[in-house]
Amino acid sequence: MILDLQQFIATERPRWDELESLLMKIEEDPDLRLTLEQTRRFHYLYDRAASDLLRISTFASSPEILRYLEALVARAYGEIHETRDPRRRFLFWHWFSQQLPQTFRRHLTAFWCSLALTILGVIFGAGMLYLDPDAKETLLPFSHLQGKPSERVAQEEQDKGERLEGKKAGFAGFLMTHNIRVSLFTLALGMTYGVGTVVVLFYNGVILGAVSLDYIQDGQTRFLVGWLLPHGSIEIPSVMIAGQAGFVLASALIGSRKRMALLDRLAAVRDDLVTLICGFSLLLVWAGIVEAFFSQYHEPVLPYGVKIGFGLLELVLLCGFLAFSGRKGKPGSEPP
Amino acid sequence: MMLNLSGRKTLQIQTPEGVVFNLTVAGLFTRFLAWTVDGAAVMAASSLITTCTAFLAIISPDFANALSIILYAIISVGYGIYTEWKWRGQSWGKRLLRLRVIDASGLKLQLSQIIIRNLLRPVDLLPACYLLGGTFAFWNRRGQRLGDLAANTVVVAIPVAFTINTQSIKEAKYNSFRDYPHLESRLRQRVKPVEAALALDAILRRDEISPGARVELFKNIATHFRTLVPFEEKVDDMITDEQFVRNVVASIYRQNNARQPKSSSLELNVPSV
Repeated sequence: MILDLQQFIATERPRWDELESLLMKIEEDPDLRLTLEQTRRFHYLYDRAASDLLRISTFASSPEILRYLEALVARAYGEIHETRDPRRRFLFWHWFSQQLPQTFRRHLTAFWCSLALTILGVIFGAGMLYLDPDAKETLLPFSHLQGKPSERVAQEEQDKGERLEGKKAGFAGFLMTHNIRVSLFTLALGMTYGVGTVVVLFYNGVILGAVSLDYIQDGQTRFLVGWLLPHGSIEIPSVMIAGQAGFVLASALIGSRKRMALLDRLAAVRDDLVTLICGFSLLLVWAGIVEAFFSQYHEPVLPYGVKIGFGLLELVLLCGFLAFSGRKGKPGSEPP
Repeated sequence: MMLNLSGRKTLQIQTPEGVVFNLTVAGLFTRFLAWTVDGAAVMAASSLITTCTAFLAIISPDFANALSIILYAIISVGYGIYTEWKWRGQSWGKRLLRLRVIDASGLKLQLSQIIIRNLLRPVDLLPACYLLGGTFAFWNRRGQRLGDLAANTVVVAIPVAFTINTQSIKEAKYNSFRDYPHLESRLRQRVKPVEAALALDAILRRDEISPGARVELFKNIATHFRTLVPFEEKVDDMITDEQFVRNVVASIYRQNNARQPKSSSLELNVPSV
């Protein structure tokens, strides 16, 4: 279509400006609710700009105006055609008690895979150390785990937790951030079709298995359980939840729901992934605090029975929470 | 892979009303620069934290240390999420380099999309310096890294403000194309805006090009226009390739100038996408 560009701009520009100012208002305040009249006007202006774009696209000498209109129509299109849930009021308690456990249960198969891989790793790690005790250096590349367990136990019990005096908060901060980073990495590796997630979970299991066997063989089972359980009962499941999220991502990539396109599959799990990420991050914050302020105290300061009891209580509460919390509410229900 | 005339990838979106618009996908180098700027912003923020917590260390060194570690982690992970959510798809670096993250379907960017694209960054960084993400983005038709793919987002370039100076297109005293108004009309119909802009650019920058390259350039452009609208031989043979291109540009742009009384420039501020 041939048209007079100057006249065209002179006529249409005021409407483009009006649309642009309306868009700026909407973009600046996402909670803004337009009146019926404003909505009608907005739709009219969008239609008009879209029609101008069609007209201008046939006019050879106006690439800049074409780009201007494309950008304007793109913004308005995003606002008008968005049908996904708008920004909802976030209520922490509703999210924590309903959404998080419901999401966890929705992807239970992925969690079982995560658990199975960790157990496989534990068996492999323990088996390797049992068959070849010299492999300890390779399996446990951490200086504090290299020595004889009974010597470490004696030293820790003698130390009475004073080793970390004045450093506990920093240590807790380090543990929280480090564990969250590792968990996020485990999740992100889901983008390698889950291969990376499998490796990380298995490797975690290998370390856990090797450490456990090392302490058990040296007769330090009570110390081991008392040391690991208070924070491990939260930390290890959290890493497995991160693995679960990685497998959810991987299964969306691979295409377990064959009837959906790749982008739809990824979009379908996106909110669940964010929920799981927030969930395991929260748990790891707790695990970091417990590890720094509680797990490092041993007998005679803190009886192992108390530590083991505390760890078991945490584990039971976590399992109960994930298994039963939010069962009454409908999945994906809105906050009250 | 969809490319525009400058060889850059474009994201084409068709609305239910049938309107099609194209957005230019940001180049990898520009994105890398933006990432560098963001990295510098995070570093600046962390040194600020270190300074602030150093004062706190007078009261409790342990607490100051914990706070410093936690705040650094929050900033390094949360910086991209917060800024892209607050500024609708832009961080400091992206603002500076005129880039924006958008939903690949052109719809509103959701918070979950921003979180996912930022938290999957570690896998894009593998093994170092965005090698995996960069390679993937290079081959992806929308320039998406792995995080973008999972979040269904695309980083696009925001068009810069522009000015068309139509005064600089001087029409020859006699434009032989004017004797063929139907062919001029066909030219205006068939020549795409980007093609006209490219020809105009070639004319405006002719003196910057060496003579040999100039002849070659105008020959290519003229050949392209000739395939769009074949003129009669007597018109075509009498003029050089450069003159042919000048006539084409003058024919396309003349209609605008005819009714333009004073100012000869069109100015519009391009809005952000």
